[in-house]
Amino acid sequence: MKRLLKGGRLVDPAAGIDGDFDVLIDGDRIARVDRDLPATLADDGGVVSIPRGLVVCPGFIDMHVHLREPGQEHKETVATGTSAAVAGGFTAVACMPNTSPVNDNAGVTELILRKAAEAALARVYPIGAVSRGQQGEQLADIAELRAAGCVAVTDDGHPVATALLARRALEYTSMFDMPMIEHCEDLSLKGDGCAHEGPRAAELGLRGIPGTAESIMAARDILLAEMTGGRLHVAHMSAWTTLEAVRQGKQRGVKVTCEVAPHHFTLTDDWLASPVPYDTNTKMNPPLREARDRDAMLAGIADGSVDAIATDHAPHHYDEKHVEFDRAPFGIVGLETAIPLTLDRLVHSGLIRLPRLVELMSVNPARILHVPGGTLAAGAPADITILAPDLAVTIDRARFRSRSKNTPFHGWSLRGGVAATIVGGRVVFANREVPALALEEATSSSPARA
Amino acid sequence: MDAVQTPKQPLTALRRKDLLSIADLSAEEILLILDTAEAMKEVGQRAIKKVPTLRGRTVVNLFFEPSTRTRTSFEIAEKRLSADTLNVAIGTSSVVKGETLVDTAMNIEAMAPSMIVLRHSSSGACHLLSRICRAGIINAGDGMHEHPTQALLDAYTIRERKGRVSGLKVAIFGDLLHSRVLRSNLLLLTKLGAEVWVCGPATLIPPGLDRLGVHVTTSVDDAVRDADVVMMLRIQLERMEGGFFPSLREYFTTFGMTEARVSRAKPDVIIMHPGPMNRGVEIASEVADGPFSVILDQVANGVAVRMAVLYLLAGGVDHEATA
Repeated sequence: MKRLLKGGRLVDPAAGIDGDFDVLIDGDRIARVDRDLPATLADDGGVVSIPRGLVVCPGFIDMHVHLREPGQEHKETVATGTSAAVAGGFTAVACMPNTSPVNDNAGVTELILRKAAEAALARVYPIGAVSRGQQGEQLADIAELRAAGCVAVTDDGHPVATALLARRALEYTSMFDMPMIEHCEDLSLKGDGCAHEGPRAAELGLRGIPGTAESIMAARDILLAEMTGGRLHVAHMSAWTTLEAVRQGKQRGVKVTCEVAPHHFTLTDDWLASPVPYDTNTKMNPPLREARDRDAMLAGIADGSVDAIATDHAPHHYDEKHVEFDRAPFGIVGLETAIPLTLDRLVHSGLIRLPRLVELMSVNPARILHVPGGTLAAGAPADITILAPDLAVTIDRARFRSRSKNTPFHGWSLRGGVAATIVGGRVVFANREVPALALEEATSSSPARA
Repeated sequence: MDAVQTPKQPLTALRRKDLLSIADLSAEEILLILDTAEAMKEVGQRAIKKVPTLRGRTVVNLFFEPSTRTRTSFEIAEKRLSADTLNVAIGTSSVVKGETLVDTAMNIEAMAPSMIVLRHSSSGACHLLSRICRAGIINAGDGMHEHPTQALLDAYTIRERKGRVSGLKVAIFGDLLHSRVLRSNLLLLTKLGAEVWVCGPATLIPPGLDRLGVHVTTSVDDAVRDADVVMMLRIQLERMEGGFFPSLREYFTTFGMTEARVSRAKPDVIIMHPGPMNRGVEIASEVADGPFSVILDQVANGVAVRMAVLYLLAGGVDHEATA
């Protein structure tokens, strides 16, 4: 089947394209990209006209997602999580290993991939554990994890406890050119903290987690990456001091990259006090920090220091969040709010332009994880995110496809949304609220992608 | 001045369902509570210490943390106002069976109490209950957040002794990081115009405290100098175990309130402590039992202040129900 996406603006920074280009899809691959491709190239009925104002991009990849399966299916499953992903405009997600059991062996990796193939929505790239059981003692069987399909390793949720183990992990993964993704947090400084240590936590009587708890471990790991030549990726960066450490590492040529979550460039710890005091949907780890940190994240996104935007999608059941603040689990869902937040807060605010957004959400995640995508050049997989940058969006958690609804953004009116998501040439999401969109979601009986 | 000013109606009730924090209260509301407490104190001096104000209303004292002083004080206040009261303590409740705070509260709520007095170890627990209960919620101490009736009785005691709060130098000593009494007092005293100094070891000072409009120091001498009021906070033994300071002995020699230190304050200084005291840790016995101490006055005034809060919020409950 040959389909032609005609009209619309194509933004493909990896190919140096930003303009009115048509895209010819042949099966699950991109066949041609050019101006004014003739309709005769497509099969009968295969011409899709893209309304003016929409933007065709290489598929967005969320490199930090908790799909919770196996073991915590009351929060999320691979099927519900990937459904949320495609509704949120993501063609691929990388899922964290802190499942139950932990993804520290090929069996769990294969289970996740089988569930993903059954769901046939977003591509799923499992991330394996650094250490067996995420216990921080002995390396997991990383070569076996890689052979089974893992694209990176992390002990996310827990930091790699000792400098020695982090050193070994960076050395070992360097054999496979895989990144070690670090959840940077010095547990002795964190203590039993549950909010950013600062004036707001002092006022609310919440135990603090200082920004330094994050940056001290980022600095340790950057030094270890420099020493070993391993590749380090700093997950969900939140503190201005961490960004400084990453910048210095990059200047010295260390192989370090970093990501920021939408809530950390949108919110500050003021949201713990109002509009809903002690709202457990403002509790995440790392915590919402103060304005200086939030502004530093925005500056890093604008100046290129930040490599990726990743949601840290962390679904939790209503019952788990409907408790006292200090007893609630950390985390919020992010897949279905990320694109409205990034378009509204980063693009429409004038901070960055669309090509930079595509770098942050498609090009760089593909590059960091060494996975296909990040471009719509001929031969690339036909993984496409079509944005509706001017769509008026009101976040409604009741309409989330995620099994969990834990978001602080319910009711927010934002400018910018998703028009459609195409994975392997197959339309897996089409937004009915976008006028004149001539795409229909493929039914489950459609031919599965290769 | 040619503008015609509408005469302002004096405040006669708290137009709110709950007392969650001092942060929520205006100076006017605080003064209303203190003025009402004066009338309530008179009730406590009668031979028959009971008025029918809250007759037919049920007040539940829901205490998830041990408390002697505060729970007793609330219960006496409730009984003097003729409320039907009952105490739910953690040991005898369903909590030991794994019930959540929300479910416990909803079950009590289903029995239609007028008010719930809550003490809980989590900051913000009262806010959570206020969102799900029709009953008024009175915060009797939530985690490290606030203990508003303690601050109100402290202010009442200061005003009773000094005639005012505004312009006084109030110096507060101790664990500034974990103390809910401190937070409520800082907010209340600054709202009423006091000059507030806080002093403790650097390990027990939360970052950003200086941004709350108070003087922060680690020097006891600077804090106590010419103070009108010296307020001590309890030092908990587990703070030493948590490594915040080396030993109780060193704490006492460095920060303990001794007669020598008190002598640098104003000659008519008053010494306060919310209890329970650790004699020989944060305060010397000679100071606690000395001529400047008003520690037992605080306890006595606690009943009157809590009667005032219950009475004024009950008006608020009526207000809500008939609105």
